[in-house]
Amino acid sequence: MFYGSGVLRGMLVTLKNMIQSYFCKPEDGGLFTSQYPEKRLPEKERFRNFPFLIYDKEPENLRCVACDICAKECPPKCIYIIRDFDTDGKPLKKPKIFDIDLTVCMNCGICEEACPFDAIYMDHEFEISGRERQGSLLYHKDDLLKSNEHFHKIRPTDAAAIDTRRQEDEAKKQAVKKEPPKPPSTAS
Amino acid sequence: MEKTVTLQDSGAIDTQTLDINIGPQHPSTHGVFRMNMKLDGETVVSLKPVMGYLHRNHEQIAENMFYLGSMPYTDRLDYFNSMTNNFVYALTVEKLAQIEVPERADYIRVIMSELTRLVNHVSVTGFLLNDLGAFFTPVLYAFRERERILDIFEEVSGARMMCNYFRFGGVKYDLSGEALVAIKDVVSRFPKFLDEYEKLLTKNEILCMRCQNVGILSPELAISASITGPMLRASGVNYDIRKVDNYSIYDRFKFRVPLGKVGDVYDRYYVRILEMRESLKILEQALKEIPAGEIMAKKMAPFVKAPRNFKPPLGESYARVEAPKGELGIYIVSDGTPQPWRYHVRAPSFINLTILEDLCVGHKVADAVVILGSVDIVLGEVDR
Amino acid sequence: MKAEDIRAKLEKNVPSAKIKVVRDSLLVENPADLHNVVLALKSDSDLRLDYLSSLTASDFVDYLETVYHLYSIDKRIGPVVLRVRVKRDNPKIPSLVAIYRGAEFQEREAYDTYGITYEGHPDLRRIFMWEGFEGFPMRKDYEQEDSETLDKDDIEWLDRNGVKVPDEMRQKALNPPAPAEDKPATPPAS
Repeated sequence: MFYGSGVLRGMLVTLKNMIQSYFCKPEDGGLFTSQYPEKRLPEKERFRNFPFLIYDKEPENLRCVACDICAKECPPKCIYIIRDFDTDGKPLKKPKIFDIDLTVCMNCGICEEACPFDAIYMDHEFEISGRERQGSLLYHKDDLLKSNEHFHKIRPTDAAAIDTRRQEDEAKKQAVKKEPPKPPSTAS
Repeated sequence: MEKTVTLQDSGAIDTQTLDINIGPQHPSTHGVFRMNMKLDGETVVSLKPVMGYLHRNHEQIAENMFYLGSMPYTDRLDYFNSMTNNFVYALTVEKLAQIEVPERADYIRVIMSELTRLVNHVSVTGFLLNDLGAFFTPVLYAFRERERILDIFEEVSGARMMCNYFRFGGVKYDLSGEALVAIKDVVSRFPKFLDEYEKLLTKNEILCMRCQNVGILSPELAISASITGPMLRASGVNYDIRKVDNYSIYDRFKFRVPLGKVGDVYDRYYVRILEMRESLKILEQALKEIPAGEIMAKKMAPFVKAPRNFKPPLGESYARVEAPKGELGIYIVSDGTPQPWRYHVRAPSFINLTILEDLCVGHKVADAVVILGSVDIVLGEVDR
Repeated sequence: MKAEDIRAKLEKNVPSAKIKVVRDSLLVENPADLHNVVLALKSDSDLRLDYLSSLTASDFVDYLETVYHLYSIDKRIGPVVLRVRVKRDNPKIPSLVAIYRGAEFQEREAYDTYGITYEGHPDLRRIFMWEGFEGFPMRKDYEQEDSETLDKDDIEWLDRNGVKVPDEMRQKALNPPAPAEDKPATPPAS
């Protein structure tokens, strides 16, 4: 081979790629990039970004019971929970404050893994921005609440599996409740 | 400025050495890395690497964290290869707590770390060409292939780069049928791409002129300076941890260890190309043999929902894997609590920089940039 | 090869060095012997430990420790783990850079984070932290800066620039609360 043939062959490769980019499908060497805001690639089901809180039907009916497990498990400690109390000062099974600092969150998904009540899941939303350096990306409970239907929309297979499991658990609980309570022992 | 040094070729004119900082913000330093150079004309007289701009004390964070909590942080060490970083951390803790990994999980781990090797090598050769001045044509060809693999990572683990996929005793999700088909597709089309890539680069006269006999690393110095990975093998030392330690299930696969002859930049480039071909061989075998079954060790089942409760027994362990950049090791001392007493990362990019000065002295500034590109560093791992 | 066998071998080759077996590793009791021990291990025809994989320090409250993981590229043996223990005040260990170049940056890192002086190192400076940084951040008694309280200088600077500082923060800066007593960390038994 003569001197310079390597460069020439390389040039042929780039020429071939350029021509291909006009006529071929992306899989066969065509134009691979897609113009993002106009054209969106389909989202993968397992894609995870920031967490959200899940509720059934009504926003008051959220699954979170303020057990604080996710806040403890969170590696960068971006979750902040305060439990709600009723007027008598008795603790309720729901959070009064549930804040996630999205600037600190690192999308690891450990909160979702650790939650025993299927209450927190990772969302697909990624176009998030804020105008201020602090505060505008601190999401409060109302920002984080999303319905179960939303969860079904973004992760159908997981959501279906979780729903059936929850229904089974509910049925088991009902079965246990239906048994007549034992009479209190009368022995003195 | 230092006192005068005579120019080598003329011998008549008095010149001064010139101090130049390349970096910390410079496209050729692959991140926030600074090279403190002294130049005589255009020749490098001395070079001091300066680092720490990205230092976040990963070790301290890990010592104040429960064991699984460090897993997402290891993703951020070498952010190109999060899967191998996960792999070594999982291996270390498994060695410490003596956890057996199910066979399917082992296969998934090998498949993922070999895919990671493809991602790393294909992009690092692209970046090397970028440093040489072949602006973005090779690197974009490389990124086209990398994109397909990152899509697989996203489908399997949920994230493209920060995978956080491995768990102690297994992996987080099972590999679905579609993902397997996608991996097979990538593996089948990759050799064709490599052929094209090599046609573009390997025999290119400009690449040969710029890379051959530049930055020669002798095998003796390489061993003494603890250089690992493709850089060590390019110097002709046959040492691949996959072969030596046979960690995980690497003893089941047939593959060869490509070696260089000269130890220059060109050999480092070519060893990486050959390693990709060997990785493809491993992937083909693994995809053929992957069994069905569990993906999580039974011993670790109680800790899946409550990772905080995981307490390895008292002791210490050091595990290492052949990461794409070299030997990645993690050393853990456990005191029986949920947090490690000592956690140390032996980062290949960091230690491979030890001999940067030896490689660059006597070459021109432009060559120093290329040599740094061939060392293959990621600043997330250098600074930790 | 077991640590016990290597110890027996070393006793023959380097009779002056006192070596104990701790957790399947070799503890060199006197740091001054380290050079001879490592040279003996490197030149031994059965071991030929020519490759220093990892060098790191750790803090065990009573003492500081440096751990060396040695491998052999020729013989494919390893790891042989060496440790050296030194007192916390004025810790000094001979440097291995003359024997293994790979120790250069790793010793600098250990010096930076634990403050162990490696004697004979050609260029022992901080590597990650900046020059003038005080303290050694990986030591167990290192106190981290409290990001919630302002310094006196900060308050003065803010006053000068006309930024209103809440009284609460000003009070906190002028009378900093005593650092909370952490529970004393207990190191793992050796």
